[in-house]
Amino acid sequence: MSLRKIRQWLFGDSARAFGSLSVILVLLLAIVPAKDHFREWLHYQNKYRSLIRDRSDGASLARRFQAGVQQTWLPDLGVADRCATCHAGLKEASLTGIATEPFRPHPPIPHSLTEFGCVMCHRGQGAATTVEEAHSSRNASEQPILPARYIESSCGQCHERALAGTLQLNAGRDMLARYGCVRCHKVTSPEGAAMTATDDPPSLEHIAAKTTREWIYAWIKNPQAYATTATMPNFQLSDEDARDISAFLISQSTPYSAGEARKLPPVPAQDDAAALQQGSSVYGEAFCASCHAMQNAAGLMVGGNVGPELTRVGSKVRPEWLADWLRNPKVYDPDTAMPHYRFEEKDIGLAMGFLQSKTDSDFLASVRLDATTPAQIAHGKTLINERGCTACHEINGIPHADNFAPELTAVGSLPLGKIVFAPGLPHTLPDYISAKIRKPRSFGNALKMPQFTLSDTQVDALVTGLLAQTSRAKTLPAALRIPAASPSTYQPAGRAGQLMNDMRCFSCHTIDGRGGDMAPDLTREGSSVQRAWLVNFLKRPNTLRPALIRRMPKFNMTDEEAAVLADYIMTVYQTPAFDSDQIDASKFSSGDVAHGRDLYYGKYGCNSCHILDPNKDKGYIGPTLTQAGLRLNAAWIFHWLKNAQELRPGSLELNWNMKDEDARAITAFLMQQKTAPKEGSAK
Amino acid sequence: MKRAVFAVTALTLLLAGCGRTPSPSAPPPKGFGAAIVDIGGEKQAAPAGASLDQPVVAQVNDAKGGGVAGALVRFNGSGGVRFDPPAGLSGNDGQFTTMVRLGDEPGAYSIVATTRDQTGKTLTITFPEVALDYQQTLGRELSEKYCSRCHNAESSAERVSNHDNLSVAPHAFSDGATLNPVSHTNLIAIIGHGGAALGKSVEMPPYSPTLSASDIEALAAYIRAVADPPYRPQGVFNANQ
Repeated sequence: MSLRKIRQWLFGDSARAFGSLSVILVLLLAIVPAKDHFREWLHYQNKYRSLIRDRSDGASLARRFQAGVQQTWLPDLGVADRCATCHAGLKEASLTGIATEPFRPHPPIPHSLTEFGCVMCHRGQGAATTVEEAHSSRNASEQPILPARYIESSCGQCHERALAGTLQLNAGRDMLARYGCVRCHKVTSPEGAAMTATDDPPSLEHIAAKTTREWIYAWIKNPQAYATTATMPNFQLSDEDARDISAFLISQSTPYSAGEARKLPPVPAQDDAAALQQGSSVYGEAFCASCHAMQNAAGLMVGGNVGPELTRVGSKVRPEWLADWLRNPKVYDPDTAMPHYRFEEKDIGLAMGFLQSKTDSDFLASVRLDATTPAQIAHGKTLINERGCTACHEINGIPHADNFAPELTAVGSLPLGKIVFAPGLPHTLPDYISAKIRKPRSFGNALKMPQFTLSDTQVDALVTGLLAQTSRAKTLPAALRIPAASPSTYQPAGRAGQLMNDMRCFSCHTIDGRGGDMAPDLTREGSSVQRAWLVNFLKRPNTLRPALIRRMPKFNMTDEEAAVLADYIMTVYQTPAFDSDQIDASKFSSGDVAHGRDLYYGKYGCNSCHILDPNKDKGYIGPTLTQAGLRLNAAWIFHWLKNAQELRPGSLELNWNMKDEDARAITAFLMQQKTAPKEGSAK
Repeated sequence: MKRAVFAVTALTLLLAGCGRTPSPSAPPPKGFGAAIVDIGGEKQAAPAGASLDQPVVAQVNDAKGGGVAGALVRFNGSGGVRFDPPAGLSGNDGQFTTMVRLGDEPGAYSIVATTRDQTGKTLTITFPEVALDYQQTLGRELSEKYCSRCHNAESSAERVSNHDNLSVAPHAFSDGATLNPVSHTNLIAIIGHGGAALGKSVEMPPYSPTLSASDIEALAAYIRAVADPPYRPQGVFNANQ
């Protein structure tokens, strides 16, 4: 049939032409509903309808279901999200247990979905109406869906302060500060405040007095071979580079002002087992393990991570330096977190014997260094300049290396088009950041970024912390932003202040927002305790919480020093909530005491957490109360029982919200507890 | 005729190619066991997409129950679970250890370790694991801070358990046999108002108002997530089932 014949047949006369055109028009018009009918989202909405149809709550689910494209439009946030078109059950709590997407309900979160939309947290293209375009966009300017394991990063766009619900984000941000990332990379908040490092890399200006060139060489070759917990990364130096850097570090070192040269205390011989045992006791009684870790005979790491690991310290430090350090660490390092212990010379000798026995013959076995040459020293200096060692360490003659690595302030919004991916790497931002952290040199051997030793969990946390640094954060309404707490610069005054600095109370205790979190917050301590008990505790700290392994060390204070500190604490660290002499403990009747005992053991079951009668009670969680009447202030106990969280936020003690008469009776009962502690009884 | 032979050959090759997904290179086995058993790492809970805290360990045994060295063990899991390493030979004690990263969807995961015996028969052992959603993860944090000191009988070097000090032993949160029958309302009440609220031990203190209502909901969600046997929510039923 020829074209002419077809034309003749279709449009031969006006009736035929009219008929044909009508048919074509109908077909054209049908395209629109047909196209609509095959839309992806319509398919999902139909599936949702059939999912809810047979459920017992189907009628109410169907009533709330809205057909058609659903959009959340939030112009302030730059959000136009149509995700709920397919994710039809997002707000239906009764669908909990439905495992198939896109119908799972959203898990409960502190924010309303309608106020924040979806892409604020999940990324992706909110306005898209196809699965592919919404989730896995590969366009350079767009963001694919954020994998769920990094979701906390999105909280960090507004919440610059640590949140109770974002453990991973908090850990990641802590790591940025603690692993020294922010010493090389600049990271600033939307307000413009630069993140500051919380680690304490030592100054190397007097390094030759502390250790040997051989140790430096072995350490910079592989810090984790010396201490598995070391936070210094591995710079993957060649033998020659390590040789030259160690040569330069020794050559630039100057003596530290140790005052007059002091004789070494008598250090027991390394085969004197009894003396080593005594040294171990000095180490134990000073609670060195609260801050320093050491691998025990079973291979387990025991101790804290405030100070460096000491498993192989005997292979590192020079005896003269160690003696000076134990006498007063501030002489070598004025900013150290280590307290001044006021040890007796005899104990220093014993502790030295113990610490020097912690050696590892393998660590330095293969290190053979010839005498240095000027060329090596010069090359070492060049390397130190290039590698940016002074971003962390002070080194004589080399200026501080400032932010010489790429700024990471908006790394969480880095467009994919600007990234050069290593071969074999999935083309997503989290994969890129994670690979950069895991194996920095896989992006090029000439890169300076060193190799860190981190677990999967730590890398996830760091990636989360970095993904929170988005450019979106800057454009959000200021009212949404919760800025980081400005760091406290609290400093106690006068002689008590000097003593507290000398004994480094802030390394473990927080007062007025400044300090460590190992020990209780002391901001209200003066309202809590009795002066006589405090003086005694400062001089001879005894165990209050039997289950804790971190304890208050004995600082060998004089009577006068303990009195000065106690007076200051009793006077200054008072709560404004009540007067310390508000309750007169002598006015309690024996009826009050008996009633209090009933409440203590009966209604409130205090004995499940506290030991009061060491022969009977076994609770391990709260402090022992055997001498509560000698230790605590009656008004404090009373208010503590009413709302402990108000007096010491974050305490494990419950907010009992107790009635006045119950709190009064238990206070009466506890103020009766005046059993003096037995030496070494609590364990 | 030739064409038909070619087509059949091509089709066979194609099918063979599709049937076998390229597997990560694993060394050839040097030994074969008679059984594969679970040594540790099952029933852990971690946030969705995160790595499990403890490695998963399977052991290949001979007929007498002794470990077989050099047996090829392969780990598999659906839903985007990843293993490091996914396959390898068992050590001298017959054990093979892998680190597990859960998929991004919360819920129950089954991790399967397989090996072959002398005759080529596949032996398997399944490790159930749980991926937590946001609310359950929050509940786990709260549980670590407030609950586990008493409800977890295990002590660690850093933390001594208070479990054995109590006159009425607290239930482990994984104790589904006991906790699953407790209704949601009662679970919320016992956390918020203490054991006394339901006529149970006063040693379980009231956590309201120390914890907010949403915190207590999160705790309950976590308890349900780690229940063993698994918790099945009541109340909604499907007419078809």
